[in-house]
Amino acid sequence: MSIATEPHGVTEPHAHSHGHDDAASASSRPKLAVWKFASCDGCQLSLLNCEDELLSIAEAVHIAYFPEATRAVVEGPYELSLVEGSITTPDDVRRIHEIRAQSGVLATIGACATAGGIQALRNWADVDQYRSVVYAHPEYLKTLDTSTPIASHVDVDYELRGCPVDKKQLIEVLAAFLNGRKPRIPTYSVCVECKLKGNVCVPVATGQPCLGPVTQAGCGALCPSYGRGCYGCFGPQDSANTESLTRQLVELGMPSDDIVRVYRTFNAGAPAFAAASDAVEADAVEAAASRAAEQGGAS
Amino acid sequence: MDDIRILQASGLDALIEELRSRGFRVVGPTLRGDAIVTGEIRAASDLPRGKGDSQDAKTYRVRSRGDDAYFGFAAPAQSSKPVFFPAEEVVWRGHRDHDDDGHFTVERDTPDGAPIALLGVRSCDLRAVQIHDRVLAGRSHVDAHYVGRRDGAFVVAVACSDPAASCFCASMGTGPRPATTDPETGASSYDLLLTEILGEDDHHFVMEIGTDAGREVADEIGASMGHPADRDDAVAVTDAAAARQTRAIDTTIVHDVLRASAESPRWEDVASRCLACTNCTLVCPTCFCTTVQDVSDLTGDSAERHRVWDSCFSESFSYIHGGPTRESTKARYRQWITHKLSSWEDQFGMLGCVGCGRCITWCPAGIDITEEAAALGRMSGLAAPAPAT
Ligand code: SF4
Ligand code: SF4
Ligand code: SF4
Ligand code: SF4
Ligand code: SF4
Repeated sequence: MSIATEPHGVTEPHAHSHGHDDAASASSRPKLAVWKFASCDGCQLSLLNCEDELLSIAEAVHIAYFPEATRAVVEGPYELSLVEGSITTPDDVRRIHEIRAQSGVLATIGACATAGGIQALRNWADVDQYRSVVYAHPEYLKTLDTSTPIASHVDVDYELRGCPVDKKQLIEVLAAFLNGRKPRIPTYSVCVECKLKGNVCVPVATGQPCLGPVTQAGCGALCPSYGRGCYGCFGPQDSANTESLTRQLVELGMPSDDIVRVYRTFNAGAPAFAAASDAVEADAVEAAASRAAEQGGAS
Repeated sequence: MDDIRILQASGLDALIEELRSRGFRVVGPTLRGDAIVTGEIRAASDLPRGKGDSQDAKTYRVRSRGDDAYFGFAAPAQSSKPVFFPAEEVVWRGHRDHDDDGHFTVERDTPDGAPIALLGVRSCDLRAVQIHDRVLAGRSHVDAHYVGRRDGAFVVAVACSDPAASCFCASMGTGPRPATTDPETGASSYDLLLTEILGEDDHHFVMEIGTDAGREVADEIGASMGHPADRDDAVAVTDAAAARQTRAIDTTIVHDVLRASAESPRWEDVASRCLACTNCTLVCPTCFCTTVQDVSDLTGDSAERHRVWDSCFSESFSYIHGGPTRESTKARYRQWITHKLSSWEDQFGMLGCVGCGRCITWCPAGIDITEEAAALGRMSGLAAPAPAT
C-alpha cells in the first residue's frame, strides 16, 4: 500500500517558499489526495485538464491518492485533500469523517460536494418509492433519503463551486495552499465578473433570463460571455435575493414550472435556491387553488 | 475660444485619420452584438451610423433610426471609464531569483500604449472624466496609472440630440451640452465639440474649438469657418434634447434629503428589490472603488498585484477583521445612493452622479435612482408630497 508515485520525469522537485529541502524527495513534498463521493468525476477531470499546469502541480505536491489518475496509493495523513461528490449513503458518512481526520486542509470541489449536486433532487422525492421501482432487490440498497454537501458532515476549509469547478479556481487553491496564503474565492455575484469582462448584460439587452445576479462568481461569467443567461451552476452568491430575481424571471415571461426547474439544477440543495424553488412552487399551487375556487364560485 | 467650424459628415474620416496620424488610439462608440459599446475607431464606418437606442429601467435595445446619424443615440453600454481606469490592471510584478539567494524583486508596472483620443464622448461622460480627474488625480495621492493614460488625451465631445428615457443630465447640470471648461480646474473640457445637424439634404457637424490642439486638427482637416448662427443651431439641438428628458433629480435638496434619510423606511423597500448584484456601480462612469488582489503562481516565484474594480454592493467590500460592516443589502444601497448624491459632495465638492442613467438601464431589477431620490425626498418631508392621483 505504500508505493510512492513518482511523477513522470521529475527527479528534482522544486524548492518551496515554506522551507522544503532543495533536494526534496517525494516524501517531503506535501501530499495531495483527491476523493470521490456521489458525483460524475467531472471535477476531477477538471484537475486533469489543467494540462499546462499539471507538471508544475506534480512537481509541487506529491499526488498520493488520486484514483482517477493513478492506481498507486500512498497512505495518509494528507496535507491537502480535494473532495468531489455528495454524501448519499451511510458508508459515505463514515468515509468522509475518516478523510477529514487524515487531512490537513480539506477543500470541496464542485456543486455535488458543496451543495449536494443534481442528485439532491432526491431531497424532494420519496426514496423508498423509487427504490422499489428502480431496483429488483431494493433490500440490498443502503442509501440515505437525502444528498447533502460535505460541509453538512465535517468541517471544510475551502469550497469551490461549479458544475464543474473552474480550472483557474482549482489552480488558485493549490497555489495558495503551496504558498501558505488564503485562496481568492470571491462570493459575490456573477455580474461582477460579467461587467469586469465588458460583457453587455443579457437580460437587459435581449430579455433572456439570467441567474447571474443571485449566483456566485468564479466561472468568469462563462455563459453571458456567449450571449446566454447564467444557469446558476456556481450556486447562490453570499447576498442572493432570489425573491426579487424570481419577480424578474416572471416578468421576462418564464413560466412557474421553469422557474422551479432553474433553481433546482446542480445546486438544488443549496438552501437559498431550495427555498426559492419551494416558494415559487407554493405560489403556483396557491394560484391554481384560487383559480379553481373562482371557477367553482362562478359556476 | 470663439471659433466655430463646419465639418461635413463626409469629413469624419479625415478627422479620424488625422487623429490616428498624430499617434492617437481613437476610442469611441461602436456597435457590438446587442449594444453600442466603447471600442477602437479606425474609420467612420466603425461608428454606429443610423443606430439609435431605447433605454429605460432594466431595458436596452438598439434600434434603427431610419436616418444617417452617426451619433443618434444616448449613453453607450459602458462609458469611457475603462479607457483611463481599466477594470483590472497590474500594479506591480515580483519575482524571486534563485540565483541571487532567493532575493525578491518588485517592478512597478507602467501603462504603455498610445495616447488616447476620445471620439464622441457625451457630456455626462465627459463630466464624469472631470470628476475622476478630481478624485484620482486632483488630491494629495495621485493615481499614476490614471494620470499616465489621461495626460495628453485628446477629446472630441459630441453634444446629444436624442437622449434616452433613462437620461437626466439636464437636471444634474451636466449636459446635454458640455460646459466649455472644467469648473474645478478651469481647463477646457474638450479639444473639439461636435453637434450633429441632420437636414433634408444636408448632414454636417457644428464644430466648436476648445483648445489650440483642437484648432490645429480642425485646420489640418480643412473644416470650413462657421458663423455665430451655427452655434445657435447647435444650442437649439441640445436645448431640445434637454426638454425631452423626463427623469430628473432635484439637486437643490438632494444632498440634504440623503442626510435626513439615514433611518428612512425606504431602505427596507428598496432592499427587497435590490439584487446586490453590483451592476449599477460597475456601469457608473464615476464609481471609482477598487480592491487589490495578490496573485502568485504555484511555485511562489512570481507574484503580481492587481487592482480590480470593486463595488459597495458586494458583502466583501466592507469586510474588516472578521466580518462585513454592511451586512444587509439595505445598508449597501444606502451607502451607494448617499455617496452618489450627498457625501460625494462633502468629499469632493460636487455630486457623484452625472445623470447618465446607466444605473437605471442596466439594473436587472429596474431600480431607478431618480425614483428612489424622489421617494426619499417625500418621505423626509424635504420635497413636496406626491400629487394625489
Ligand atoms: S448577463 Fe447576467 S451575469 Fe451578466 S451582468 Fe447581466 S444579469 Fe449579471
Ligand atoms: S449614479 Fe447612475 S445616473 Fe448617476 S452617474 Fe452613476 S450610473 Fe449614471
Ligand atoms: S457608490 Fe460605492 S462603489 Fe461607487 S464610489 Fe461610492 S462607495 Fe465606491
Ligand atoms: S445623460 Fe445627457 S449627455 Fe448623457 S447620454 Fe443622456 S442626454 Fe447625452
Ligand atoms: S440597485 Fe440594481 S444594479 Fe444595483 S445592486 Fe441593486 S439590483 Fe443590482
